[in-house]
Amino acid sequence: MRLGRRRVVLLALVLLLAAAPPAAILLGQPFYIDLLRRVMIFAIAAVSLDLILGYGGMVSFGHAAYLGAGAYAVTILALYGVHDGLLQWAAAIGASMLLALAIGSISVRTSGIYFIMITLAFTQMLYYLGISLDVYGGDNGMRLPMRSQFGGLIDLRNGTQFYYLVLALLVLVVLGVRRLVDSRFGMVIRAAKSNEARTRAIGFSPYRYRLAAFVIAGGICGLAGALLINHTAYLTPDLMHWTRSGDILFMVILGGIGSTVGPVLGALALLVLENALSNWTEHWQIVLGPLLVLVVLFARRGLAGLLWREGDDD
Amino acid sequence: MTEPLLEVKGLSKSFGALRATDGVLLDVYEGETHAIIGPNGAGKTTLIGQLAGDLRPDAGRIRFAGEDITALDAPARSRRGFARSFQITSVYRDFSALDNVALAVQASAGHSFRFWRAARADAALRGPAREILRAVGLGARADVPAANLAHGEQRQLEIAMALATRPRLLLLDEPVAGMGAEESQRMVRFLAGLKGRETMLLVEHDMDAVFTLADRISVLVYGRIIATGTPAEIRAHPEVRAAYLGED
Amino acid sequence: MNLQLVLEQILNGAQLGATLFLMAAGLTLIFGIMNLVNLAHGSFYMMGAYLAVTFYGWTGSLVLGVLLALPATMLIGVVIEFVALRTLYQRDHLDQVLATFGLILFFNELIAIVWGRVGLFTDLPDWLSGTVDFGEAFSYPLYRLVILAVGIAVAIGLWVMVARTRLGMLVRAGASNRTMVAALGVNIRLLYTLVFGLGTALAGLAGAMVAPVYAVQPGMGDPVLIQAFVVIAIGGIGSIRGALAGALIVGMVDTLGRAFLKPLLATLISPPAAQSAGPALASMLIYLLMAAVLALRPEGLFPARGR
Repeated sequence: MRLGRRRVVLLALVLLLAAAPPAAILLGQPFYIDLLRRVMIFAIAAVSLDLILGYGGMVSFGHAAYLGAGAYAVTILALYGVHDGLLQWAAAIGASMLLALAIGSISVRTSGIYFIMITLAFTQMLYYLGISLDVYGGDNGMRLPMRSQFGGLIDLRNGTQFYYLVLALLVLVVLGVRRLVDSRFGMVIRAAKSNEARTRAIGFSPYRYRLAAFVIAGGICGLAGALLINHTAYLTPDLMHWTRSGDILFMVILGGIGSTVGPVLGALALLVLENALSNWTEHWQIVLGPLLVLVVLFARRGLAGLLWREGDDD
Repeated sequence: MTEPLLEVKGLSKSFGALRATDGVLLDVYEGETHAIIGPNGAGKTTLIGQLAGDLRPDAGRIRFAGEDITALDAPARSRRGFARSFQITSVYRDFSALDNVALAVQASAGHSFRFWRAARADAALRGPAREILRAVGLGARADVPAANLAHGEQRQLEIAMALATRPRLLLLDEPVAGMGAEESQRMVRFLAGLKGRETMLLVEHDMDAVFTLADRISVLVYGRIIATGTPAEIRAHPEVRAAYLGED
Repeated sequence: MNLQLVLEQILNGAQLGATLFLMAAGLTLIFGIMNLVNLAHGSFYMMGAYLAVTFYGWTGSLVLGVLLALPATMLIGVVIEFVALRTLYQRDHLDQVLATFGLILFFNELIAIVWGRVGLFTDLPDWLSGTVDFGEAFSYPLYRLVILAVGIAVAIGLWVMVARTRLGMLVRAGASNRTMVAALGVNIRLLYTLVFGLGTALAGLAGAMVAPVYAVQPGMGDPVLIQAFVVIAIGGIGSIRGALAGALIVGMVDTLGRAFLKPLLATLISPPAAQSAGPALASMLIYLLMAAVLALRPEGLFPARGR
């Protein structure tokens, strides 16, 4: 097994992340366990977006909708006394996939600017829906009654145990998505992005494959949503706000679009940067905005572009 | 008298006041190599578009292998064995030549909802793809990214991809477009080698290629087929001469 | 439900439509001519509002405030176009979306720094804050009618410009074939700058006009931007006619939906259920409408021809 640059970076990342909790405790900074756990959860969401964006060419500005779907599924079940983690998280993934199917069946028929606008509009629709559902907290949100329960296997209230669970899931997602994009299915998606007319001419109908990818990405992001709600323990419609979608997009671009590992780097870079900046000034957004513009204009291939050449380890 | 593999009846398409395709009648028999020629502006691009499934005709019918395919889109036609190559080269530029052909092989190998096995390691795809690349003369260039291939090689790749879908009919849109003399001859020799085994409908400007390859020729002028016949018949046809050469 | 209430809501819907039209017209022009997705369009709406309130405060006249805010917003727009957006014309839509998203973050924070996060409050001047009486049965706020009138005037003005003037001809030509227009020797850069300026001026006008009646705060342009997207998706990209139709439809559906859906539902299902389902459904109405339109007509109702 050739150890290309990409795999080296992934390995390094995993080792760093695995070593973080004991290091943080040793240094007396347990806060970093929290921060990095948040990074990893968003990294899962970003990797799922990269599947449809980087490989499928679908610019979805509504990916946060699935974070919300996952979080709401877990919370609603918890409200009705269903605390079993496996059940809740399966429901989160299932609900997100259904939502993605509904939204995707309309959006994926379009492309370009329409697709962007429509995905943006739908996520905002869900945000307004969340606000108006007072029974689930309305725009103030509500506390998660109880974290997902996994019997004696793992206790999510234990920050470190939860951390390693998230890390394991992140690794699974990254490896899974890499397998997916190299499979026959993945090749069709990538082909359709590269040259749609050619893809149709050899006999593929791109719509069904794109829709499937959209649904898969939604499901993975729903898992991230379930993780996120357990992390924050507070449900709020803000999860589905379109600027949240923008954040995830930013992570994918910053890290490197179409590289699977890049989005993990992007999530790490963005959230760590945000954390550092917000300690410095409350107006940190004024730095982040132009930074995004600069990355788009000049560092299009993101951090991954700096670390390895395109196609390396492909 | 066997039924034609491809039968086009009364195909018409207008853009506003312009009748780009005006009641086209065409048939292509299995094993035949049939060429469509015509002066510039005759409407060849529009006709190709309707045959391939990119454009909807206003009127008329297209029958392929006994089935009415007029309402089918391009992918559906391709899956029924109707392959096409593009006039302006349209390959996957960021993929290697082998990847390109392997994708075409994959397209005709059932559905692609397979999520686990790596496509690039799949011998069922790579094997046939290499064979076809070798057959068209690109065997040594299999791993070169398509964007780095010479123009003539890219045209060869176009044909390879069309062949890889194991078609019943090849619709070739100006296969030697933009090629130099030597490359053109090579391509024509290759296509001549396919004669009889493959059914080909080709649209071409290059008269040498046309008269070498075609069993029958149809002449398209102002959206109408004004004559169909063997190369000898067409060469002697008065209306054809008038259309190409103007008043004598 | 009485006639007065219905009439009032219809006029409210038309007024919202007028505001949305101003936003959507600019957005669709910019996209149709320059193929530029500009998420920061809402930021110009916000700037128009803030500048209008500020100038109103300095001059004591709302009219002057609005009139000054327009060229000021346009100037900012032209500067942004020159500095940040020119390189984006050649880029794909993803790049444009991301870069202009970055601009939104920047502008929202800039406004918060200069004017604070709390927001600005103004009152309407006395001469505008009355109502207009339609006979004895019905009266309606004057200012909302003014907004509606301005929207109609702009619609007519745009129609005249697009249909009758040289600039309008270039706009129509550019919308259907950009390369051709450039090949004909028209100064494309100038055309683009003019169109962009026009678009931002329209957004600024919308913001300036609603400043006395809506909340003026950082980020106020974002929800309006999304509504403008819904308008364009329904009406069709690149056409003013589409923007007008879409804006009216969205304005009406949203307003009437919020007003009447809950009581309507209450007649069909139990009142407590209607109490929560009503507002929830009403807030989703325009998006559901957009989904329905796109499912049937993926290019919208009146897409620009050609391209």
